[in-house]
Amino acid sequence: MLQIINMYVNGRREELAVDIRESLLETLREKLNLTSVKKGCGVGECGACTVLVDGVAVDACLYLTMWADGKHILTTEGLKTPTGELNPIQQAFVDEAAVQCGFCTPGLIMTAVELMGKGRRYTREELRKEIAGHLCRCTGYENILNALEKVLGYPKEKEG
Amino acid sequence: MYDIEHYVEAVSVEDAIEHLKADPDATVISGGTDVLVRLRSGKGVGGTLVSIHEIPELHGVDRLLNGTLVIGPATCFTDLAKDPLIRSCVPYLGEAVETVGGPQIRNMGTIGGNLCNGATSADSAAVMQTLNTRLVLQGPDGSREVPVTEFYLGPGKTVRKREEILTAILIEPQDYVGFTGCYIKYGKRRAMEIATLGCCVRVKLGAAPADEAAENGGGQETAAQDMQSGGNPESRVISDIRIGYGVAAPTPIRCYKTENLLRGRSAADPSVYELIGEHVLEEVQPRSSWRASKEFRLQLISELARRALREAMLSSLGNNLFA
Amino acid sequence: MESVGKSMKRVDARGKVTGEARYANDLKPKNCLTAKVVHATIANGRVLSIDTSEAEKVPGVVKIVTCFDVPDIEFPTAGHPWSVEPAHQDIADRKLLNERVRLYGDDIAAIVGTDNVACERAERLLKISYEEYDPIVTVDQALAPGATPLHPNLRKDNVLLHTSFRSGELTYEEAKEKAAEEYGADQLLEHSAVYQTARIAHCHIESATSWAYVDTNGKVTVTSSTQIPHIMRRVISQALGWPVGKIRVIKPYIGGGFGNKQDVLYEPLNAFLTIACGGRPVELEISREECMASTRTRHAVRGEVKALFTRDGKLLARTMDEYSNGGAYASHGHAITASIATIFKDLYHDEYGCRSDATTVYTSSATAGAMRAYGVPQAVFIADCLADDICQAGGFDPLKFRMDNCVGAGFSASNGITYYSYSMKECMRRGAEAIGWEEKRKAYAGQTGSVRHGVGMSIFMYKVGVHPISLETSSARMILNQDGSMQVELSATEIGQGADTVFTQMASEITGITPDRVYIISTQDTDLAPFDTGAYASRQTFVTGKAVKKCGIEFRKKILDYASYMLDRPAEELMIWQNQICEKLPEDESAKIDPAAAWADFPDVDFKPFELKDLPNGEDSILRDTGNIEGKPGKVLLDMKDLAQTAFYSLSRSEHITAEVTSHCKENSFASGCSFVDLTVDMPLGKVKINRIINVHDSGRLINPQLAQAQVHGGMAMGIGYALSEELLYDAKGRPLNDNLLDFKIPTSMDIPDLETIFLELDDPMGPFGNKALGEPPVISVAPAIRNAILNATGVAMNELPMTPQRLVEAFREKGLI
Repeated sequence: MLQIINMYVNGRREELAVDIRESLLETLREKLNLTSVKKGCGVGECGACTVLVDGVAVDACLYLTMWADGKHILTTEGLKTPTGELNPIQQAFVDEAAVQCGFCTPGLIMTAVELMGKGRRYTREELRKEIAGHLCRCTGYENILNALEKVLGYPKEKEG
Repeated sequence: MYDIEHYVEAVSVEDAIEHLKADPDATVISGGTDVLVRLRSGKGVGGTLVSIHEIPELHGVDRLLNGTLVIGPATCFTDLAKDPLIRSCVPYLGEAVETVGGPQIRNMGTIGGNLCNGATSADSAAVMQTLNTRLVLQGPDGSREVPVTEFYLGPGKTVRKREEILTAILIEPQDYVGFTGCYIKYGKRRAMEIATLGCCVRVKLGAAPADEAAENGGGQETAAQDMQSGGNPESRVISDIRIGYGVAAPTPIRCYKTENLLRGRSAADPSVYELIGEHVLEEVQPRSSWRASKEFRLQLISELARRALREAMLSSLGNNLFA
Repeated sequence: MESVGKSMKRVDARGKVTGEARYANDLKPKNCLTAKVVHATIANGRVLSIDTSEAEKVPGVVKIVTCFDVPDIEFPTAGHPWSVEPAHQDIADRKLLNERVRLYGDDIAAIVGTDNVACERAERLLKISYEEYDPIVTVDQALAPGATPLHPNLRKDNVLLHTSFRSGELTYEEAKEKAAEEYGADQLLEHSAVYQTARIAHCHIESATSWAYVDTNGKVTVTSSTQIPHIMRRVISQALGWPVGKIRVIKPYIGGGFGNKQDVLYEPLNAFLTIACGGRPVELEISREECMASTRTRHAVRGEVKALFTRDGKLLARTMDEYSNGGAYASHGHAITASIATIFKDLYHDEYGCRSDATTVYTSSATAGAMRAYGVPQAVFIADCLADDICQAGGFDPLKFRMDNCVGAGFSASNGITYYSYSMKECMRRGAEAIGWEEKRKAYAGQTGSVRHGVGMSIFMYKVGVHPISLETSSARMILNQDGSMQVELSATEIGQGADTVFTQMASEITGITPDRVYIISTQDTDLAPFDTGAYASRQTFVTGKAVKKCGIEFRKKILDYASYMLDRPAEELMIWQNQICEKLPEDESAKIDPAAAWADFPDVDFKPFELKDLPNGEDSILRDTGNIEGKPGKVLLDMKDLAQTAFYSLSRSEHITAEVTSHCKENSFASGCSFVDLTVDMPLGKVKINRIINVHDSGRLINPQLAQAQVHGGMAMGIGYALSEELLYDAKGRPLNDNLLDFKIPTSMDIPDLETIFLELDDPMGPFGNKALGEPPVISVAPAIRNAILNATGVAMNELPMTPQRLVEAFREKGLI
C-alpha cells in the first residue's frame, strides 16, 4: 500500500509515494539513490545504516519510513559543502587513515556529526561509548577514534 | 520491506486502542527495535501495526506534587538517561538503560517497550523490580495499575493484553527517596549486548527508625542530598534494601528474603557482603542455555550482588565505608 | 624512493567518506528482481520433494527453482588458481542447489520475486519433505564408525584428506631413546596436551551480495562483492557449464572479505537465476544470518600434541595430530589443514624433528574455508600454547625459550620457501622491551587475590604468497593519457586493505609520474581487466607488485623511447622525474645504501644472499630495478604533457603508449613477528582486561606506513575477538544458535584497547620493493599471547578458544582459585 509522505532529505523537500512496509533504509537507497546508507544486518546490530532524523542518530533499517513524514533526514551525501569541501569529520577520517573497506564509514561519520551537533568535547573513553553502535571489522577502531578525537576530543597537550 | 498488511499512525492513546480492538491481527509498535526485529524473523507477519511512535503525551518524565515520578513509556533510553529527574532521583535507572545496545538503539528503543517485551534480560528490569514500579495499562475498558513485580507471567509474557497500551510508569517517593543504588549489567561485550545477568542493589541507610520516617516525609529530597548526611558507617544501619535481578529466573525477580535478612544490619558489618552473596542463591532460578550455564549464572548472581551492594553503600557513605 | 615508503592518503578515502564509493548493491538497476535462497531445515538427509504450487500463487513471485531443476554439475568453489593437473584441482562437490542435504541451511531452492516480502511469503508456503539422517556436526561424530558419508561418490568415509608432515629422521619414540642416551633420561621432560580452536565467522560488514543479468551480447554478467573476480568467472562457467567467455564478472568496492569472499559463494546461483528469468536483472543479497550460517567459516581445529625437551629448555621433538572440521563442502579442501600442520612444524626447531599429521573432516555443519591467515592462527595457537606450557612445566622464561628454539635465520621449508630476510628474534627483543617483559614477569610472580595481572607473548611466521604450492601469476596494464597522466589497470583487488593506494605508489615510483596523476581503476571487469587471481594470502603487494613494477619498467621505456625520438637524444641519457623528462646524471655511488649494512649491528638479523641468475626469466631485472631513480635528475628537457600530446596526435609518428605484462612469480618468502600482551584477570567474573597489546612486524619495507599500521590494528582487533569471544555455536541437531551480530561477539569499540604497533623495516630481497606479507599476519599471534598472559596471571592453562568468561570461571573454579 502506497502513501504519500513529505520529508526533508539533506535539506531538500521530498514528496514521495512510499510503501507502508518500507524501512527508511530502503526508501533512502531505492527511491532517493542515497547509497551511502549501507545495509549490514537489517536488525540494528551493526550501525552501517545510521542516519540522522531531526539530528538524532538512528539505524535506518529499524525505522519505518512512515515515521519520517515531516522530519529532517541527514545522510552522508548531505555533508559536503556546495563546493565539494569535506566536513571536518570526513577530512579527519581521510587524514587519520580511519577508512579501510569503507562500509561502516558513512554510518560512523553520521554518529560523529550527531556528536558535533551537541557542541561539547569528549574523552577517548567517551568516544568509545558513543561509537559502540557501529561494528567495524577492519580498523580495530584505533584510527577511527584518532579521527574523532581530532575533531571532538579535548585539545591534546603538546608532548614535551 | 516488513511483512505487514496495514499500518496505522495513532493520533492518541484512545485512537490506538480503538484500532487494536478493531483488528485482531493488530500489534502496537513504539520504538520498533523489538517489533520490527521480530517481524523480520518471520514472527507475527501479515498483520497490522498500530504505531504510537508519534503520540507526544507518551514521551517525557514528570514528577507529581506528591513526589511520584511519571515516566512516559515512549521515552527513548537516551532521553530517559539524560533526564534531570531521572539523574537526580533514580540515577541507577538511567545508568541501566545506558547499557542497552548501542547509542542508535538507545535513540530509538523505549522504556515502555523494554518492559512490555517481557524479557528477563531487559536492561531496565532489575532496577524496575527494586523500585516497585507501577504500570498503568489502558485498554478498551479503562485503565488499571499493575505493580511491575506482578507484571511478568513468563519469558516474553506479561499481563498486558494485546489491546492494552502502557500509558505511564510510576515510581513513588517511598521507593526512591533516600536510596542509593547500583546496577551492574554483565555481558560478554561492553556494548551491543544482551545481558547474561543484570543485578540491581539499592540501599537506604538510617540512624534510627525515627530518622527514617523523617526522611520518608521529605519527598523533594534526593538520594544525593541524603548522601551528605552520610557520615560514619558505625552509626548507620541498612534501614531498607532492595535486590532485583534480570536473567536470574525466567522473569525479572526480587530477592525479598535476602532483603529481610539484611534489613537492620549495621552498614559497618563486613558480613553483609557474604550474606547477600550466599542468600540470593536461594531465591533465584537461573537456567542453562547456550548463552550461559546455570552454574556460571549462579557465580555471577553472587558476585554481582556483593559488588552492587558495595557500590550502593559507597554511594551513600563515600570513603567512610572503608574508614 | 619518491612514492614508496610514504604515508600517502588512500586513493579511495574521499569516495568512501562521502559515501560516493559504490558497492555491489549500490549499482543494481531499478526494477531489479530479488531472490531468496531456501535453506534446508535438517542437517543431514535428502530432499524428497518440494511442492511449489501454493508458493507460485503468491503475488509478486516470478520464478521458483528447486534442487530438482538445476544442472547435474558439481563444481568447486575455492578461490584457488585452477590447476591443469586433475590431481591438484579443487574438489567439485556441490551443485547450484542440493538435493542431498549436508548441513542445516543447505541451499535447496530459490525464489525470485518482485520484492522480499513476496519471496518470504512464498517460502513459507513451500511444502518440503525430507529423508533425514543423523546430524554429524562434530569431527568425532563424523569419524565415528557407521557415520553416514556426506559425499559417498567422492569419499568412502568423511575424511576429506589426511596427510603427514615431518622434519628429521626419527619418530618421537626413537627421538626419546636417542635423547636419553645423549642427555640422560633424568634430563628430559615431556608435555602433552589437547588444544581446540573455535569455528568463527568473518563478519565483513557488507554481507555477501551480487546481482546479475544477461547482457545484450548474451553474456551473463554478475556484479559481486568478491575478492576474486577472475576466479569467480571460471567457477561460474564450471557451475553453469557455459564457456568462460560467456561469463562476465564485475567487482566494485567491497565491504570487507577476510577470505570469505575468496570463495565463490552464491554468484553461480545468481547467474543461473537471471538466466531462468530470461536475463532480467536479479539481485541475490545474502542476509547476515545466511552469511554466517551458510557461507564459509574459519576451521575449528583440535591439535593433540606432545613435546620432548630438556630440563634446560632445549626443544627436542614434537608431534601433533590435527583434526580440522571442514564442514559440509570441501571449499579449500585440505589446503588450510595442511598449512596448519606445516607451520606448527616449522615455527620451532626440534633437534630431532617434528611430526604433524593433518586430517580434514567433512561434517554436517557450515563449510570451512579461507579466513585471514589461512590456518596459521590455529597453527600458532597450538604451537604457542604448547611453548608456554613447556615453559610452565620446565620453569623456563617464555621469551628465552623462544629465542633459543624458534625457527632460525636462513630457514628453508621443505617446499623451498625461504627466509630471505630474517628478524624473528629482533622482533621479539623489541616487543619485550616495549612491554617491559622482564620487569613485568618479575612483578607478576607469586600473586594472590582474585584480580591478577599477567604478561604473555606469541610469535609467528607467515608465507607471503602461495608459490610453489600453487600458481602465482599477475598481469598489469598501463595507459598514457593525453595530459601525461596514466591509468593502471589490475585484477588484484582492493578489498579495504589499501591495495589501490599502494599500487598507485608503486606505479608512480617506477614511472616517475606523480601519484596524483596515476589513476588506478578500482573496479575489475573481467571483460576488461587483465588477469590476476585476486586478493588472498598476503600476496598482492608482493606478486602483483612485481607485475606493476615490470609493467612500469616497460611503460617507462616506451615513454623514454618516444622522448628520445622527440629530443633526438639516446633514451639511455633520459629519465622521468616528477612528470618531466630530464637528463639522467650518474648516480652518486656513495649515496647507495646496502640494505644489509643498516642491520649489520644486529646479530640476529639476517639477509640470505641469493644469486640473481637463479631467478626465472626476466625476474632478476625486476628485482634489481630500484625504481625510476636509478640516476639523478638533471636538466628538465620535456614535460610529460607535451610528450603525451605529441605521441597521440603527431602526424609523423602517432603512438598510443601502453604497456601490458604478465608476471609469473616464482619466489616466496617468510614474514614474521610477535604479539605481547599485558592484562588483568578479574577471576570471580571471568573478565579479562587488556591493558596493553603490542604487535611487532617484519613485513619488509612498508609501501605505506600509515596504511600498514591500520592493517595491523584491524588484525589485532580480530585476534582479540578470536581469543576471548568469537565462536559459532550449534545445537545437537546442527542448527546454528548465534548466526547474527548480536550473539556472535565480534569486539565493539568498547572491547578493544589502544593498539600499539612496531615495525622492523628490513628489506626482503625477493619483494619488488623489499616488501613482504602484511595483510593477514597481524591476526595470528594475538590469541595465543592473550592465552599465555592469562596463564602467567593465574597459572591456569586455557586450552580452548575462545576464552569466554564462562570457560574462565569454570577453569578457575576447577583450580580452586575462586
